[in-house]
Amino acid sequence: MTTTVPTNKAVKQRGIEATRARQAVWLLIPTMIAIILVAGYPLYRTIFFSLFEANLTSPDQKTFLGLGNFWFTTDEGIALGFLQDPKWWGAVTNTLLFTVVSVFLETVFGMIIALVVNSAFPGRAFLRTAMLVPWAIPTVVSAQMWAYMYNDSFGLIGRGLLGGTALLANPTTSIWAMIAVDVWKTTSFMALLILAGLQSLPSDMYEAADMDGASKGRQFWQMTLPLLRPALLVALVFRSLDALRVFDIMSVMVGNVSAARLSMTAYARQALIDNQLLGMGSAVSIAIFIIIMVIVVVYVTAFRVKFD
Amino acid sequence: MKKPAMLLAVAAAAALGSQAHAVTVTLACGSVGQELQLCKEGAARWAKATGNTVKVFESPNLTNDRLGLYQQQLAAKSSDIDVYQLDVVWPGLLAQHFVDLKGKVPAAEVNANFKAIIAADTVNGKLVAMPWFTDAGVLYYRTDLLKKYGFTAAPKTWAALAMMAKKIQDGEQKANKAFAGFVFQGKNYEGLTCDALEWVNSFGGGTIVDDAGKITIDNAKAAAALDAAASWVGTISPKGVTTYDEEPARGIFQSGNAAFMRNWPYAWALGQSADSKVKGMIGVAPLPAGPGGSPAATLGGWQLGVSMYSKNQDAAIALVRYLTGPAEQKIRAIEGSYNPTINSLYKDKDILKANPFFGSLLDVFTNAVARPSGPTKDKYNQVSQAFSTAVTDVLNKKTKGADAVKQLSTDLARIKGRGW
Repeated sequence: MTTTVPTNKAVKQRGIEATRARQAVWLLIPTMIAIILVAGYPLYRTIFFSLFEANLTSPDQKTFLGLGNFWFTTDEGIALGFLQDPKWWGAVTNTLLFTVVSVFLETVFGMIIALVVNSAFPGRAFLRTAMLVPWAIPTVVSAQMWAYMYNDSFGLIGRGLLGGTALLANPTTSIWAMIAVDVWKTTSFMALLILAGLQSLPSDMYEAADMDGASKGRQFWQMTLPLLRPALLVALVFRSLDALRVFDIMSVMVGNVSAARLSMTAYARQALIDNQLLGMGSAVSIAIFIIIMVIVVVYVTAFRVKFD
Repeated sequence: MKKPAMLLAVAAAAALGSQAHAVTVTLACGSVGQELQLCKEGAARWAKATGNTVKVFESPNLTNDRLGLYQQQLAAKSSDIDVYQLDVVWPGLLAQHFVDLKGKVPAAEVNANFKAIIAADTVNGKLVAMPWFTDAGVLYYRTDLLKKYGFTAAPKTWAALAMMAKKIQDGEQKANKAFAGFVFQGKNYEGLTCDALEWVNSFGGGTIVDDAGKITIDNAKAAAALDAAASWVGTISPKGVTTYDEEPARGIFQSGNAAFMRNWPYAWALGQSADSKVKGMIGVAPLPAGPGGSPAATLGGWQLGVSMYSKNQDAAIALVRYLTGPAEQKIRAIEGSYNPTINSLYKDKDILKANPFFGSLLDVFTNAVARPSGPTKDKYNQVSQAFSTAVTDVLNKKTKGADAVKQLSTDLARIKGRGW
């Protein structure tokens, strides 16, 4: 007799769970359809066109190339695939440099700002809002603003600080000038994410550490940083993804032709829009998609990031 | 003085545009210098005369950006824009999207224009657009400064220009640190292609790709031309010249901070306007020549074409005929120094009075060098971008001219692929 009771209960519970699972599936269907429509279909079209030679103005007239958009050498030894184009690899190198340096600096500065704003002092609420100003300005506006400041004949930085140096004139210096703009712009976003993490840390732990006589530096390295790790990694993934897709800053500050040498997305835009190469542009987009996916997978598995 | 002509044109346009009901036509205008202003005024005159409405669509400043936007509109078969303003190198690229104006515009009206431009606007026997104004690169110089430093005439060679610019710059910089000897369009975009083609061609280095489609850029004269240009950056031209397009260059010249400027004729009217710091001190001359070469000016200019997807094609064609007609071209020549495309207007007294150099430089305008848009067809844009990028590397001293033209030749072979 006593044994039947738990079995009944278990059956009943399983029933509820099954119903819930069924409900969940039904509730998920609209989302799945939406994802298929807005993400799946364009992705499919991109993959489809990456295998063809096609022109943007007349996509119907296309010829099948297989992987020729990626790698193809003609009988005369002319390399036609974009993976054989040194400018593409230049764009990849520059994008990676931009990502690594800007995300690193943003994390360090963001951490410092978050720690300052996290401590109690008068005017803290105001400061928390004020630090978001650079992030709230549309990128196009801030990029143009910085381009004016970098101008060598009337700019605050170009003429005023550097005495007539044109940072944006040269690809090797312009990438650093643009890293500065990105750091200026997105550090506050990083600070905000880190601040959210900081505020979830228990304060009694720090009181205990104070009692035990641990120095502030030790508290930071041995308590704050490890506990902050999950929040920090999520922020890092977000920022890295953003930085890898950089386009607007470069397009506004140096123009689309120069930007195509600095960022992968601008290279794709040039192939697709300026050069009307629908097939080639799609192939480049697929390559960017794969590069970003690989980096994210490495990030998530290597650091065991949890998004929940 | 110009009233009778205008009235006549308005009356003619009214007769042409008399339709059953008034419609709204959208016109895409450029916005370099006074372009937008003059475009709006011209459109308004037509609208007033015909009772139709014209909406003016403001296009991006850089021609590359404009092309990208237009191509997206046209590829989507959008009817949002009825009349497009087309660069002289675009007809080959966009021909399929435009109404054939042959037969729709009377032959006499078409034939009044420069033959070379009509030829450029005709693709496979189809007249894609009507010429609106033509352009060729010219050299602007400061007459007062030339006199002050003991020069009697504009430089005939690039070496002479560099020498004069250096002397004037050294003198002027004592009082004005921001003063530059020579400014041009050095930013990596279509404008740099125009400027650099002038250097290369004036050195005798050809036209990147010849009329038969053969890639000709890998030659010693072209390399020497690019090296000469690179030697200007940071000496007679500010380092930032590689970030300038038309308007920044004009800004520097017009505020009295440059001795020489390469630009299009539109800069004349603005330089002579009341708020210009150099009013009355500007001279215009043909661009200098390289050693053993002859001066070269790149052919520019804009056309008006009617979109195939326009819902009001008749009204749109009437608008194009009105705007490209002699009366409107005259107004634009006088107010904005936009070069007419109609032969007879170069004898017009009012136009010559407003733009004295139109008469003396007629040769420059009629013999301008075309960019290789004809032989390279719809790959022209790629060719131009590869060229301007190679030139950028030389200007930034990342490579030498000889290596750059060699590499460019390989790049162009890759763009050519199986053929233009």
